[in-house]
Amino acid sequence: MLGKMKRVICGVAAAACLAATPAMSAQTELTMYYPVAVGGPLTKVVDGMVDDFMKENKDITVNAIYAGNYNDARIKALAALKSGKPAQLSVMFSIDIYELINQDAIVAFDDVVETDEERAWLDSFYPTLMENGKTDGKTWGIPFQRSTIVMYYNKDAFKAAGLDPEAPPATWEELVSVGKKLTADDGSRWGAMIPSTGYPYWMFGALAMQNGEVLMNDSGNATYFDNPGVVEALQFWKDLGSQHKIMPEGTIEWGTLRQNFLEEKTAIMWHSTGNLTAVKNNASFDFGVAMLPANKRRGTPTGGGNFYIFKDSTPAEKKAALKLIRFMTSPERSAQWSVKTGYMGVSPAAYATSTLQNYVKEFPYAAVARDQLEHATAELSTHQTGRIRKLLDDSIQAALTGRSTPEEALAKAQDQATMLLKKYQ
Amino acid sequence: MHQSTSEKALYGWLLLLPAAILLFTFTYYPMAGTLFDSLVAEGRGSIASRFVGLANYRMLLEDQVFKTVLLNNLLFALGTIPASIGLALAMALMVDRSFTGRGLVRMAFFTPTILPMIAVANIWLFFYTPDIGLIDSLLSLIGIDGPNWLGTPSTVLPAIIVMAIWKEAGFFMIFYLAALQTISPEFKEAARIEGAGGWYYFRRVLFPLLMPTTLFISVNAVINSFKLVDHLFVLTKGGPDNASNLLLYYIYETAFSYFDAGYAASLTAVLLLILTTLALVQFFVFDRRIHYR
Amino acid sequence: MSTWKTLPAGVVSLQGLAGWLLAIVWVAPLLYAFWAAFHPAAYAVSFEILAPLTLDNFRQALTQAPFLRYGINTFVLVTLILAGQFLLCTLAAYAFARFTFPGKSIAFALVLVQLMITPEILIVKNYTTLVNLGLVDTIPGIAIPYMASAFGIFLLRQTFKSTPVELEEAARLEGCGFIRILLKVYVPLAKPTYLAYGLVSVSYHWNNFLWPLVVSNSVETRPLTVGLGVFGAPESGVDWSIVSAATLLSVAPLLIAFLIFQRQFVQSFMHAGIK
Repeated sequence: MLGKMKRVICGVAAAACLAATPAMSAQTELTMYYPVAVGGPLTKVVDGMVDDFMKENKDITVNAIYAGNYNDARIKALAALKSGKPAQLSVMFSIDIYELINQDAIVAFDDVVETDEERAWLDSFYPTLMENGKTDGKTWGIPFQRSTIVMYYNKDAFKAAGLDPEAPPATWEELVSVGKKLTADDGSRWGAMIPSTGYPYWMFGALAMQNGEVLMNDSGNATYFDNPGVVEALQFWKDLGSQHKIMPEGTIEWGTLRQNFLEEKTAIMWHSTGNLTAVKNNASFDFGVAMLPANKRRGTPTGGGNFYIFKDSTPAEKKAALKLIRFMTSPERSAQWSVKTGYMGVSPAAYATSTLQNYVKEFPYAAVARDQLEHATAELSTHQTGRIRKLLDDSIQAALTGRSTPEEALAKAQDQATMLLKKYQ
Repeated sequence: MHQSTSEKALYGWLLLLPAAILLFTFTYYPMAGTLFDSLVAEGRGSIASRFVGLANYRMLLEDQVFKTVLLNNLLFALGTIPASIGLALAMALMVDRSFTGRGLVRMAFFTPTILPMIAVANIWLFFYTPDIGLIDSLLSLIGIDGPNWLGTPSTVLPAIIVMAIWKEAGFFMIFYLAALQTISPEFKEAARIEGAGGWYYFRRVLFPLLMPTTLFISVNAVINSFKLVDHLFVLTKGGPDNASNLLLYYIYETAFSYFDAGYAASLTAVLLLILTTLALVQFFVFDRRIHYR
Repeated sequence: MSTWKTLPAGVVSLQGLAGWLLAIVWVAPLLYAFWAAFHPAAYAVSFEILAPLTLDNFRQALTQAPFLRYGINTFVLVTLILAGQFLLCTLAAYAFARFTFPGKSIAFALVLVQLMITPEILIVKNYTTLVNLGLVDTIPGIAIPYMASAFGIFLLRQTFKSTPVELEEAARLEGCGFIRILLKVYVPLAKPTYLAYGLVSVSYHWNNFLWPLVVSNSVETRPLTVGLGVFGAPESGVDWSIVSAATLLSVAPLLIAFLIFQRQFVQSFMHAGIK
């Protein structure tokens, strides 16, 4: 907290200097909002990285404000824009892109980069991670805290159930059969848990892809919620609880899932790779991490937050913001960030650093998310994305709690989504 | 030195002016503005705002979430208010007589009132967490598999209602305590002399005398039930599938998450209508109370 | 339900026992928060009496979020609101109590509207107003909609009305103008009302959440309730002991004040309630 006070005082002092002697100091002040959606002392890590940046760039002051979850961060950042005390950049949901463009809030990175070297930098990230950040041929978001869903499993529990701890389920059938063996009769442990609060549509994106489907089109103005394959995927999710009984029925809370896994209330959990370090540091048992199981194919959506630069900033601020973003996503920093959190390294170069190479060597699970990229697709992102996501979330929860059948729920969601997206087609 | 009537009038308005400006800015102007905004569809970037008349209200009628939300508000009020008022009356009666530790008991009842709802929600969130939460842990000790309180549509509202009763009962108790103090002990004496039992006294004398207070608390409680949505931010965010969503939270989501100010305004207009109706009800009830006394 | 006998002090009747039992049930959730906050996470659900006590949860909570700063913000906020309310409501109540002017009853009826339609109800429009005034993410911005409190005006008007007119006459004979009359006669006599109202206002605004959530963006303006809400966001899966510690940190100032001044608190709410 003292660090923050210092930074605030520095910021105020800098602003005062700037006001008093306009020609003298070239101090640029940046404000950025960022969210945290996984466990661990991430605010400290971000603060540390920002401090390192300021040490190397004495002419830039950065005020990094923790804003809550992805929703909160977007609300805060946009609110700040309208309030006359704007932020110059922020980390926000990769899928907020259409909303931010429609609000005329952000600039494309193509319009900020000037040198060839900078342009090359735009192409240095994993293409799959760039999918959610690009539209109309321009780049609007740069990957920072990116993830895929991975399957964490309790090796000790596997051993105790007579299963091979090095053979996590690779298909939907295996998930069910393994889950049944792992579910305790007395209800003290479940076979698997897939969270259905927080970001249910994200988990559902994985199941849909594993069944060979995608949820929306590339232009973000059409959804496919009621395709038969998609309905099948939701039925499978529901059956895990209601038919196969390897998962609790009803909704499973995103925030307490990690704790449930650590307390061995479930032998398998599907969760963001961003939880990896927190699980690693706190698990009292032997655990493993694997790619999600396949049905027709393997699949997972990418997830997480990108850096965006806001339009309402001076050219000097945009340049400074670009500098900060390049710093935070540089291979070495991205590698350190990945080690400290479990989020992916955002570029091949990050995995080529000695930091990540050594880390992967001693802890191979750190590479699961990266390896899964070849089976990954963009996260659900459309115009009016907040409402559309909520429609899908509600229908998933309705199906899982038995309020309606998967078919009815998804048909309703599709109808309403089509109505909302009509004007963007 | 007597001031002239018109001078006095001027001073009167001047004294009122600061408060009037704020009241205008943050109550009357927004009320009118909301009604106006509800007739407009919000522009987004390249699409400009335009006057759409009653389109937003037509959307309201077809909006499943809106209907669910209104129903939830009604259920929430029905579940919370009678129970908390009943408990409040019982508590007030308990604490009104003297016994050892009366002050502590009264304090215990009143404590939830001074906690913010957000803190109450945090505490109860842990109670309701499935499997590892407190209630489910205690239930498993006696072999019962507790339901997913906050994750099952049929239990989420009751769970929230119980929490709200815990928070509110102590607050209402205070009003009853105040009212009990104003009841002349002669009533009690008269009833005792006539040989009437305690229950008779309560039913035929005390309760009717407390009726004005009860009505006053009821209407206030209903109004409060529309205003208090803090707990949703921590507990359920309105889920699962809107089973715990309330009108003010839906307004917040629509305005701040979906950036649809026009629709949010029409939702607010409905809320204003409900509250104004309740205010009128209370005004007339209050009016009669004044005449009683 | 026997209401007749008053038992000698020290003897606990059946009603007293019922009261005690209910009181314990009532306080249990808060007691639980204390238990969870002072013990390590492993003991959160097991109630072993000899479990080790720890302050580590508080330390963690304080390092993970600047609760001290939040506390200062909240203190500044409620003080600002109360100061504004005392000023504005006193003036307005004085006008209603002792002055005649055209439109007075309509004005008073309009004031009563605010008892029902509080600023949060009109949150969307009021937020836009704040944006236009440039007050977003400032503590005065959070405070300003509440400064003209219908409740305060109502209470003070009652109190001023019940002040004997003779005192005003006497002051006027001494040559006091109406402002001095206000300050010398009405305000001092209304001290109990100010105290009662102050406690109610501070309690209410200390615990207010929705409006401050929307208006505050940065740590420098965020009050305790918003800080706690953002902190306890289930997404990050912070563990219960730390969340309990954070919760206690947020409620501590008001809770301690309440424990010390509980008579005054209860009296204040009762006083306000009667009106």
